[in-house]
Amino acid sequence: MSASPPIALDELELDALTELVNLGISQAAHSLAEMAREEVTLTVPQVRMVPRDEAIRIISEREPSKLVAVHQVFRGDITGRALLIFPEAQSFELVRAVVGGDMPLDEIIELEQEALAETGNIMLNGCLATIANHLQRSLTISLPEILHGESREFFDLEPPPPPGDLVMFIYINFALRHRDINGYIAMLLDMPSMTALKALLKAYIGRVAGDVLAG
Amino acid sequence: MKTVSRYTILIVDDSKLARMAVNKALNTLYPEWERLEAANAEEAVAAVKQAAPDVALLDFNMPGRDGLELAAELREANPKMAVAVVSANRQQQIVDRTSAAGATFLAKPITEAALGQFLKAVVQDRESRA
Repeated sequence: MSASPPIALDELELDALTELVNLGISQAAHSLAEMAREEVTLTVPQVRMVPRDEAIRIISEREPSKLVAVHQVFRGDITGRALLIFPEAQSFELVRAVVGGDMPLDEIIELEQEALAETGNIMLNGCLATIANHLQRSLTISLPEILHGESREFFDLEPPPPPGDLVMFIYINFALRHRDINGYIAMLLDMPSMTALKALLKAYIGRVAGDVLAG
Repeated sequence: MKTVSRYTILIVDDSKLARMAVNKALNTLYPEWERLEAANAEEAVAAVKQAAPDVALLDFNMPGRDGLELAAELREANPKMAVAVVSANRQQQIVDRTSAAGATFLAKPITEAALGQFLKAVVQDRESRA
């Protein structure tokens, strides 16, 4: 077992974060459904805070094949990277699901990068913007970048993260046009951002629960 | 005065914070109402069988059964109960399925105004039939 994270979220803070992620992903699903003109079904996202090595281990154990990731950097009170990761084998499925099934393969291949970037952008921005709005903070979010490789490479991007960094690890499963696509959203936060996030969640809980909190 | 104004409301959500947010709104809207909480579908079914609440607010996106499946099951156990399905997922298909199931769709995060409007309609409907 790895050491427990230095800054842990308490139960209610993790609950609040999960609710925010849920709101964000639902928003993203709505946008995807409009793009695809089809209902997108989602599982409830599972949110965990884990050390970086554990995130790498979880993904490589569950997904032995090559992976593809959409990567975006966000800056503000909370600074970090967000990655939407799924098995490379599913990336065509995802593109087909978003653009429609009857497109020839060569056109799908041509569209792959663009469609992945766009889908990733919608999912990640949906999460990040919703979280930022509810925490009453603003974030600047970089353009999406597509990465191919293994999970360790995704978590070791330049500049190298300091040891002890935590990963907000979100497991999601979504289905579109009867295709099951499972993926992960990982957000890497440095220690100052983690401290800031904890304080912002505490304030958010205060706003949402108000007088109920005291009781 | 009849004591018809004291309703029982069941709040079903796997998020404790989401249940707290509803409680906060109820403290303003209907502080006298009796509240029941359930964190999952099983607890919700048990609460409905035991206490026959007048109104239920069901989170759509829960592990196990979704809010719409649960709505159908709870309605069977208590046909008179008013049901709202609460969801951040505002896809038209879900809104349509909600109304087809005879339930009201409420967007998440739930606002005091939206909850107030729904509960007022429930109260008016009940009292017009009383």
